[in-house]
Amino acid sequence: MAMQATEQEVRGTFGERLAGFWRAASVPLMAILLAALIGAIILIISGANPIDAYAALFRGSFSNARAIGRTLEKATPLILAGLAVAFAFKGGLFNIGGQGQLLIGAIVAAALGFGLNGLPFIIHMPIALLGGALAGAFYASIAGALKAFTGAHEVITTIMLNFVAINITDFLSNGPWKDTGIVARTPAILETAAIPKWDSIPLGFFIAAAVAIIIWYLLFRTTLGFEIRTVGLNPNAAKYAGIRVARITILTMAISGLLAGMGGSIETLGVVGRFQPGFNIGLGFDGITIALLARTHPLGVIPAAILLGAMQAGSSQMQFDAKVSFEIIDVIQALILFFVSAEMIVRWILRIRGEGDGGVRLSSGWGQG
Amino acid sequence: MSNTDKQVVLEAKGISKHFPGVIANNNVDLALHKGEILALLGENGAGKSTLMNILYGLYHPTEGEIWIKGQHVQLQSPRDAIAHGIGMVHQHFQLVPVMTVAENVILGAEVTTFAGRIDMRQAVREVSELSHKYGLAVDPNAVIEDLPVGIQQRVEIIKALYRKADILILDEPTAVLTPQEANELFQIMRELTKQGVSIIFITHKLKEVLAVADQIAVLRRGEMVGSTLPSEATEASLAEMMVGRNVILQVDKSEAHPGAAILQVEDAHVLDDRKTSVVKGVSFEVRAGEVLGVAGVQGNGQRELVEALTGLRPLTQGRFIIDGHDATRYTPRQITDLDVAHIPEDREKHGLVMAYPIEDNTILNQYYETPYSSGVIVNRKAIENHALKLVEEFDVRTPSVTVAASTLSGGNKQKLIVAREFSKPVKLLIAAQPTRGIDVGSIEFIHQQIIKQRDRGVAVLLVSAELDEIMSLSDRIVVMFGGRIMATLPIAEATREKLGLLMAGSHG
Amino acid sequence: MTSNVALIKNSSWLDFLRKTGVWISILVVIGAIYGYLTEPQITTSMLASTLRQSTPLVLGALCGLLGERSGVINIGIEGQMLLSAFTGFLANVYTGNLLVAVMVGVLTGALLGGLLAFMSVTLKMDQIIGGTVINILALGLTGFFYQTGLTTQGKLQPIELGPLASLPLVGPVLFENPPITYLAIILVFVMHYMLFYTRWGLRTRAIGEHPRAADTVGINVNRMRYINVIIAGGIAGLAGAFLTLEAVGSFERAMTNGRGFVALAVMIFGKYMPFGVWGSALLFGFATALQTQLQFSGTIQIPHQFIGMLPYLLTIVVLAGFVGRTRPPASEGKPYETE
Repeated sequence: MAMQATEQEVRGTFGERLAGFWRAASVPLMAILLAALIGAIILIISGANPIDAYAALFRGSFSNARAIGRTLEKATPLILAGLAVAFAFKGGLFNIGGQGQLLIGAIVAAALGFGLNGLPFIIHMPIALLGGALAGAFYASIAGALKAFTGAHEVITTIMLNFVAINITDFLSNGPWKDTGIVARTPAILETAAIPKWDSIPLGFFIAAAVAIIIWYLLFRTTLGFEIRTVGLNPNAAKYAGIRVARITILTMAISGLLAGMGGSIETLGVVGRFQPGFNIGLGFDGITIALLARTHPLGVIPAAILLGAMQAGSSQMQFDAKVSFEIIDVIQALILFFVSAEMIVRWILRIRGEGDGGVRLSSGWGQG
Repeated sequence: MSNTDKQVVLEAKGISKHFPGVIANNNVDLALHKGEILALLGENGAGKSTLMNILYGLYHPTEGEIWIKGQHVQLQSPRDAIAHGIGMVHQHFQLVPVMTVAENVILGAEVTTFAGRIDMRQAVREVSELSHKYGLAVDPNAVIEDLPVGIQQRVEIIKALYRKADILILDEPTAVLTPQEANELFQIMRELTKQGVSIIFITHKLKEVLAVADQIAVLRRGEMVGSTLPSEATEASLAEMMVGRNVILQVDKSEAHPGAAILQVEDAHVLDDRKTSVVKGVSFEVRAGEVLGVAGVQGNGQRELVEALTGLRPLTQGRFIIDGHDATRYTPRQITDLDVAHIPEDREKHGLVMAYPIEDNTILNQYYETPYSSGVIVNRKAIENHALKLVEEFDVRTPSVTVAASTLSGGNKQKLIVAREFSKPVKLLIAAQPTRGIDVGSIEFIHQQIIKQRDRGVAVLLVSAELDEIMSLSDRIVVMFGGRIMATLPIAEATREKLGLLMAGSHG
Repeated sequence: MTSNVALIKNSSWLDFLRKTGVWISILVVIGAIYGYLTEPQITTSMLASTLRQSTPLVLGALCGLLGERSGVINIGIEGQMLLSAFTGFLANVYTGNLLVAVMVGVLTGALLGGLLAFMSVTLKMDQIIGGTVINILALGLTGFFYQTGLTTQGKLQPIELGPLASLPLVGPVLFENPPITYLAIILVFVMHYMLFYTRWGLRTRAIGEHPRAADTVGINVNRMRYINVIIAGGIAGLAGAFLTLEAVGSFERAMTNGRGFVALAVMIFGKYMPFGVWGSALLFGFATALQTQLQFSGTIQIPHQFIGMLPYLLTIVVLAGFVGRTRPPASEGKPYETE
């Protein structure tokens, strides 16, 4: 099994906690290292100097306050996209539809941002933010309901809904919600709906980080979280325990979509300022990498998202300084995903023992019959 | 009859098999003579299956030698074993359910014409011939999943014979059969030995050993503890050899004092997953302070009946009442809240969350109640204390309650489930196959716990395919066949023979 | 339910046609004749377009089918198609040889099939994650190595099959197609024969349904899964080559556009049977052709985005089982453990 996180938290003395942390973090760290290594080989093949490239990447993401601000800005929707995948995963669902839920969230947040007049910031911004989040929740719960009532596998339905969402948002930003002018996009959001920045540090990042903590608490400290995890690990036993599996499945998907939708909202309200087609392509897939890199732990999502955010933030610097196409980060990301999920390889390199069996299983057929 | 003048066809010398942390076989010797039935006896976990998997090339022994017809052989895979004339009928049939009998028989040994095309016509003909020769009566064109288990077992035998096997290993072949079907199997076995086939018959049922074996070998904790002849053994002596001490084959229990009816089932009809009717109008009641045993061969509707009574499967007709409440349309949660405890048939699939620590598994049936939950937030401390108490009380062997349930042995897993189910007030206990596949110590413990609950006034519905378990625990017995109840008997009137006939659908 | 199960068991394609296809087939034939009599040009182009659109779906679904029949779920078809489309395209740009380019595409698909087999059989990774790795890897690699402005040196051209091509309606639709389109149809027949009449097929079906049973009679389950998933990858590679070398003639980012996932729905709707897959691919191809036709005809005033959703919504409907349920191979998605 690729990515069961320890279902039980580390307890005990500081030393035991440290050992537990190492067990959990060693595979992701090693995966990053291996991916960077192979990325370097690819860079050499394509005629670039990997050391220059990585150095430029670092400069572009951490060298000064503005770079750090940019990194955090990129990390913000990534945290939420990663949380969306990680959360669904705990409930035994693989939400590949983060992209679609994010688009729906983003356009609804934009509509609320430009459409509602005369509200003060303290009301307008939260309404737009939550409105987008709820739209994402609603959109994801379609796939949840299909899974719960017909058994249709969420992996395919959510991907199909991604394409549907592209069409819907394309239609809206080109039709009813189109800005004046020839460009297909919505009008800019009002000042009262915008999420402000504090110097170069985006406030949205802290909202996202707080949400990660809330999600952690929800999963591991609440009765609902217990139900969600039970369904994720063994739906049959959950049914025996009297948990209404269909309800939990839809709810899990809805919360996952809420997180993705919120990612879209924050991006719209805090960074872009409006909706335009082509918005943040690939964020849904980034979420998968982040969730698995975090070993599906909500708090692990924060550093994982900062790492990928830094790669994105520094990629233009890298392209400028080292003349490396910024898409190399997509390749490195794919490699990270490969190594983190192929943890047997990493374990073998590090000679660490397995964490025992069990864990969420996704490959359950397409849910027919 | 002396065995010395017969040829030894299969001999295992000093076989040992080590798994990480476990010695499954230790220096085992075994000899099978031509045309004889050798019964290999041992309780669950004694190492019988490991030994047979070694003889079939599925495992490789850590130490020891295998000799077949006087030749020292290395069995690297089942292919090698087959080549040496060994055929195996596994306890869990190795048949592809959606394929036909003939397809299953030829799989892996197909006869092809050109370009890999299978000669199906010849395959069908050969299967017919084999079936005829040994009196097996199997239709080569039938699809496996439509056949009753007894016939499927014969397909397994044909599979081995098709590969020219003259040494057959039958792994717990009677586990899924009625006593009458088992007798038919014994006749087939004798017919086979008459035609020169030698058979190793693995079982833990003493009566069968005495009925059919020519030789008996007993395995205990991975070691061969002795061999004997049926004429020199009794059930008691075999049991002692098998377990290593005097075992009480009977559960100590006093007379029941039944009270009011706790569970009343009226004309229940239930469908299975394939939407075919498998429970067809069943009515009975279980009273406080009694054990009602449901006997029957597996697959006669017991599973679906239990699932219906625990709220997991809807009734299509009829109703049932638990402690005065019509629970027909209740959810599993509502039924649990009527103080119903449930030991599910498949402990790993339904009873436990394997990746959860033991402590979380101890609250699966009450995680939403105080003190484990405030309604919103869980109380880890209360959960841990609860788990520690249960592990102590029910003797669940584990280093801590924070390790995953998957690390427990089968018996300890089952004790954990029993502990959890009994840690709430109980009025009705529904126990399905409560001791399947676990060690004798755990079986005795769980039997005692069930009787203890009965004596406290709990109504117990016990569903089991083990006739001995039904007979030693029940106060009354109903026999299910083909989705119907064939008869209800007080324990005093129940004999093995009578139950066996009823289980086979005959009114006796 | 029972009749569908019977379909899986029963190998006769005549049976399949009788049970599900007969009414649809009659309707299609009547519709086509009626259409030809009233609007000959549109009908001809619609049907030809249906066949073209269905080709990558047939190939993708055959890839999925072969994998799942052997017990390996392949959700990476999209990525296999994309990367093969790209390498096939590059090979053509640099060698100018179409045959070499197609071979490179097929090889790329097979290679990714090998990667999927490695992840799901050797590493025993979750197969859904394994497929996702392939999808993301393909997206990343094609994005990184793609340079704008490249075009192929020619496309695969239609081959007229002698006098057959001059028949009215069926001629231009069926007998005047480029090679991969023919190949896809041939593969349907070959796959059917191989699966249900040969030793390889019997064993393939066995390892997908009950790998342990196959193992106990001496079949090497994992080796067979490797071989089949690699062959399947080659078929997906052919679908990728179709996109760049036969259909479009150039490469665009993410040009597979979800076809790899739609192919899985085609496979399910086709009930894991080669002929079923063909029929359902034609249905999906028709939906796409209809979408294009509607967009260009302008007779119906629906925003094009809604028409664009059609194939995706159809996929969801199929998956939700609103159009009948199938029983997939029993052991798909599970790594085989030799205890």
